Amino acid sequence: MATKKLDKVEKQFEMLQILNEEGEVVNEKAMPDLSDDQLKELMRRMVYTRIWDQRALSLNRQGRLGFYAPVAGQEASMLASQFAMDAEDWLLPSYRDIPQLVFHGLPLTKAFLYSRGHFEGGQIPDGVNALMPQIIIAAQCTQAAGVALGLKKRGKKNIALTYFGDGATSQGDFYEGINFAGAYQAPAVFISQNNRFAISVPVEKQTASKTLAQKAVAAGIRGVQVDGMDPLAVYAATKEAREHAVNGEGPTFIETLTYRYGPHTTAGDDPTRYRTEELDNEWEKKDPLIRFRKFLENKGLWSKEDEEKTVEQAKEDIKAALKEADNTPKQKVTDLIKIMNEKLPYNLQEQLEEYTKKESK
Amino acid sequence: MAQMTMIQAITDALRTELKRDKDVLVFGEDVGKNGGVFRATEGLQDEFGEDRVFDTPLAESGIGGLALGLAMQDYRPVMEIQFFGFVFEAMDSVVSQMARLRYRSGGKYQAPITIRAPFGGGVKTPELHADNLEGLFAQSPGVKVVIPSTPYDAKGLLISAIRDNDPVIFLEHMKLYRSFRGEVPEGEYTIELGKANVVREGNDVTIITYGAMVQTSLKAAEQLEKENISAEVIDLRTVSPLDIETIIKSVEKTNRVVVVQEAQKQAGVAANVIAEINDRAILHLEAPVGRVAAPDTIFPFASAENVWLPDENDVIEKVKETLNF
Repeated sequence: MATKKLDKVEKQFEMLQILNEEGEVVNEKAMPDLSDDQLKELMRRMVYTRIWDQRALSLNRQGRLGFYAPVAGQEASMLASQFAMDAEDWLLPSYRDIPQLVFHGLPLTKAFLYSRGHFEGGQIPDGVNALMPQIIIAAQCTQAAGVALGLKKRGKKNIALTYFGDGATSQGDFYEGINFAGAYQAPAVFISQNNRFAISVPVEKQTASKTLAQKAVAAGIRGVQVDGMDPLAVYAATKEAREHAVNGEGPTFIETLTYRYGPHTTAGDDPTRYRTEELDNEWEKKDPLIRFRKFLENKGLWSKEDEEKTVEQAKEDIKAALKEADNTPKQKVTDLIKIMNEKLPYNLQEQLEEYTKKESK
Repeated sequence: MAQMTMIQAITDALRTELKRDKDVLVFGEDVGKNGGVFRATEGLQDEFGEDRVFDTPLAESGIGGLALGLAMQDYRPVMEIQFFGFVFEAMDSVVSQMARLRYRSGGKYQAPITIRAPFGGGVKTPELHADNLEGLFAQSPGVKVVIPSTPYDAKGLLISAIRDNDPVIFLEHMKLYRSFRGEVPEGEYTIELGKANVVREGNDVTIITYGAMVQTSLKAAEQLEKENISAEVIDLRTVSPLDIETIIKSVEKTNRVVVVQEAQKQAGVAANVIAEINDRAILHLEAPVGRVAAPDTIFPFASAENVWLPDENDVIEKVKETLNF
C-alpha cells in the first residue's frame, strides 16, 4: 500500500521534454514564447560557453587559470534557466555556475580572477544582483530563502534563483532552504542540476528517491523534473516557476536531468574511475548544443557563420579578459586585512601596520 | 530611571531599534507570538507586526542562511539561537558564511547581523544548552563576540551590536537574566563594542573577566578588601576584539593579574588575554598571570554545576596566590 502511494507520487514528476535528441518539438503545448532573436541568443550563449569551457580547461593545464569546475554538457541546464531570469532577479550560484553569473552580468575577467583565487573575483559589480559562487554544498539554499523573503518584504516582483547539484539534495541546508521558502511562500526558485554524480558518487547511491524533484513534496512546494539537455524545456520550466513566484504562489524546486562530460573539477578528478564510456556516450548523444542547433537550422535561424562568429567572439573575449586579469595588481596581505571589517579591530590594525612595513621593503 | 532586569533591558533594546530603524527584523524559534522562551521578545510582535518580528521553522542553519539572505536585501537581521549550545547547527552559516561575506565579496557586501543567544551555567538547564562557546567564536575572524554583565550594559551593547555593519554574536548569560535589576535609561544609548569597563578600581591586582563572572569577581573583590587587598575588576564586555588598551593600562598599574572565565580552561578567551599581556606587558608583571576557569571536561550535568563552575573562593585563592608569588 505504502509502495503504491509512493509510485503515485513519483509519477507526478515525469520529465518535461520539449525538444528531443533529434531537435524535434515533441511537446508543442509546452513551447515557451521566445522570439527568433531570443532563440538565437540562447544558442549563441551555449556555443560561447562550450568554447569557454574548452579554453578554461587548457588554460588551467597551462597554469594560467586556477580552480575550475567544467560545465560542458550542462549548457542547457545552466544557460536556458538563467535566460528565464529578469535582470533584477537575484542569482545564488554554486562554484560550477560561473556561466550563469557571467550572463547575469559578472565580467569574464572577474570569473577568471575568481578561478585564480583573487579577491577581486568576488566583487560583484554594482547593479548585478548576485552572490559569489558558493563552495559549501547547499548553503546557498537557505540564503536563497532569505533573499527571497527579503524581496517579498520589499514588495519587489523579483525572485531569488539558486543552483546546486544532485549531491546537494542530501544536505540539511537543502531541506531547510526549500522548507523555509515554502513556509514563508517566498519567491525562490531552486534548481538542482542532476548531473548524476556528486564527484564520484552516483545519484542512485545518494538517495532512495526515484526523482529529486519529488523532494519538493515534503516541503509543500512545487516540484518539476525537466530534461536538462533540452534548452526549451529548461527555459519553460524556469519561466513558469518564476511567474508563480512573483505572483505570490510560492517557490518551486526544479530538477534538471543533465550530465557533465568532464571531470568534477580541475583538481585532479578522473571520471574514468567512476563512469563508464558507455554512459558518457549515451549522454553525449543527448547533447544540448546538437539538438538545439538542429532545431534552429531547420527554422533557418542558425548557420555555419553564426557558429563561427560566436566561436571567434568567445575566443576574443577570453583573450581580452585574460589579459585584463593578468594586469590586475597582485594581492597583498594588506588588501586582505582591509576587507575584513568595516572598522578594523586593534589586532588587524596592528597587523595592517606590520604588513604595510613589510610590503614597502 | 527605570529599574530593569537584564531580560527587560534586552527587550527594551530590541524595541528601541525596531522603532528607530524599519530595516531591523527580529526572528527565531518562538520569538513571535510566544515572545521567546525567556520572553526576551515579549510583546514585540504585537507592537511591530508579524512582518518585522516573526517565528522561523525549527532549524538553526536555516535561520542563519535566512539572516544572510535578508542582509543581502539591506535588512538588519537580529536572529535568535534559542540556546547557544545549539549553535553548532548554524556554525557554517555563522562562521563560513556571514563572517566571511565582506571578505569573500572583496569588501562589497556586508552582513549587519546580530546573533542573540542565551548561554551560561548555574541555571540547571538540560545538557547542550548552557555551554560557554565564546572562545570558538573569538577565534573566528569576521565576527565580534559581546557578553554583557548588567542590564545597563545589555541594552547599550545590544543597540551597538544591531547598528554594527558586521556580524555580532551577543551572548546573554541565563543566570543574569533575572538575578538582579539595574538602572536602565529610557530611549537610545550605545556602549562602544570592543571597549572594556573598569567596574571596580584597585591597586594591588587586576581581575579581568566577563559575563556572570563579573558578579563573582566583584564579590571576591569585596572579600579581599576586608583583608586590605585592593582589586581592580575589568569587565571585558566584548571578548572579541579585546580592549587591549584598558587591559594593559591596568596591568601596568597593579602589576598582578588574574583572568577569570566560566568556560573551560583550554584555549579560549582567558588564554588569549594572558598571551596578549605576555606580548605587551610581561616586564610589568610581578607574578605569572593567574587563571581561574572551569575544568576541561564537557560542560557538566545540571546537578554538578555547583561543583564545576568557578566561584568567588576560586577567585580569592588565585588572587592570593598571585600576590604571594
